[in-house]
Amino acid sequence: MIHARFSLAYPAFVLDVDMQLPGRGITALFGPSGSGKTTLLRCIAGLERAEGGLLRVNGEVWQDDTNFLPAHRRQIGYVFQEASLFPHLSVRRNLEYGWQRIPPARRKVKLEQVVELLGLKKLIDRNDPSNLSGGERQRAAIGRALLTSPSLLLMDEPLSALDAASKQEILPYLERLHGELHIPVFYVSHALDEVARLADHLVLLERGRAIASGTLGDTLSRLDLPTAHLDDAGALIEAAVVVHDEAYHLTRLDFSGGSLWVSKVEHAVGSLVRVRVLARDVSVATVKPEGSSITNMLAARIVEIRDEGLDRVSMRLSVGDGQMLLTRITRRSRDQLRLATGMEVYAQVKSVALIA
Amino acid sequence: MDSAFSAADLSAIWLTIKLATVATLILLLIGTPLAWWLARTRTWWKGAAGAVVALPIVLPPTVIGFYLLVAMGPHGPFGQLTQSLGLGLLPFTFAGLVIASVIYSLPFVVQPLQNAFEAIPEHALETAATLRASALDTFFSVALPLAKPGLLTASVLGFAHTVGEFGVVLMIGGNIPEQTRVASVQIYDHVEAMEYAQAHWLSAAMLVFSFAALLVLYTFNPAGKRK
Repeated sequence: MIHARFSLAYPAFVLDVDMQLPGRGITALFGPSGSGKTTLLRCIAGLERAEGGLLRVNGEVWQDDTNFLPAHRRQIGYVFQEASLFPHLSVRRNLEYGWQRIPPARRKVKLEQVVELLGLKKLIDRNDPSNLSGGERQRAAIGRALLTSPSLLLMDEPLSALDAASKQEILPYLERLHGELHIPVFYVSHALDEVARLADHLVLLERGRAIASGTLGDTLSRLDLPTAHLDDAGALIEAAVVVHDEAYHLTRLDFSGGSLWVSKVEHAVGSLVRVRVLARDVSVATVKPEGSSITNMLAARIVEIRDEGLDRVSMRLSVGDGQMLLTRITRRSRDQLRLATGMEVYAQVKSVALIA
Repeated sequence: MDSAFSAADLSAIWLTIKLATVATLILLLIGTPLAWWLARTRTWWKGAAGAVVALPIVLPPTVIGFYLLVAMGPHGPFGQLTQSLGLGLLPFTFAGLVIASVIYSLPFVVQPLQNAFEAIPEHALETAATLRASALDTFFSVALPLAKPGLLTASVLGFAHTVGEFGVVLMIGGNIPEQTRVASVQIYDHVEAMEYAQAHWLSAAMLVFSFAALLVLYTFNPAGKRK
């Protein structure tokens, strides 16, 4: 468990958070620029000194009224937005920089392990890190942070300075990191797709305050949060791969609310995958549609309806055991179909994005 | 070559090199932390401190020499201190010349170092901190290596500027063979004695040395090659 309480007041900016966060998995700190995500991360790292703050990480006090552990004595790994490899050191010396500075008994993460995990084999013997591509530099920087065997890994928009191709190159590595090393991660981002793909827990920040904190699935399916208004708002579903249909090149995914057919995935039968169903890809019908080309149809109950602008409404649908779907329809459709909370409807899912 | 430099000339050259070497070493020891502090501090009197360090650039050397002479003299505060410590008086000694040179050349060492330190991005230092490096460790393992071009400039300029000083030496060192008679003073003596040939040789040596020092600086300093 990580307890963080910070308040800072700058002339143009206020940070005021008090939150308990899980001491495992990936926690995304999500919000628009200026919402205080980076400042919060810097407070946790000890790079920013918030007087009167409190920070307890898995039972250890890093900061309270009488103690302030300076950054270099906190067991953190920090990955900056811009890859920050030291230009005067070779890639190998960069990787070893933090590793050399921790007591040998604490070196739980090994160099070979990091090289393997982040695909650094070809890079490690390069002498001048400025010749690396942006993605390579960031991978090396992540490796360097991991080699301090941190008890908390802080990542400040590690992909935002990269082009789309480099992003796609790094994301699988980040997922492996999540699966193979059991280091809790705080991941700052303003890209919902990254967050949906990587995070387990989501903290929503707005103007220096945490306006929501919860599991990723729960938080993304709330209509009362700013995330619901995003163009790519949508629900998250964890589903199991049940069967591959080789003839039509499709895969059936099952979850508590039913099944979804998606374009054939590589994952083996039985493995768990994460899919995103965007609100704009879901429509509703009050009677079971016949002769529709849409294969994915789920029995659902309307849980909540909210106006979305002048012409639309967002609805939260319950499909199965605690699983939610979001949908966005026109206000006229709602009135014509007389949709109201509690009603049983059919949700038609036009498209499903497999994200992990 | 026998006639090129007299024994007195050679002794003056040797004394000059010794003085410049000692002064440069002391300058780097004092100037590096001072430059680091000037580059990093946010105190309101940073401007004043920078101005004091820069004073020798604009002051006539005789003014610096005069004040140092007064301060180090028998009635000056520094002179009384050295006397009470049993060190005697420093004017007209090699030690006095070293102190004067350090003050005279300080801005030429501090300013390139300060510029080099200021050019180091903040996040390089923060990165080091997140990788368990203490402030001192960061200074030696990140700041100093990144400031290497500035360090080279500072050393060459500090050395060359000390070699080239005249006014301060004359005020504080006088003209004592093998103690304070450096090359620039020796040239002055030659000219006064109308020994133009000797003055030529020594002047040419100084010219070649100064050019070589600057050549090293402009050729090998990587600062100019970076963006």
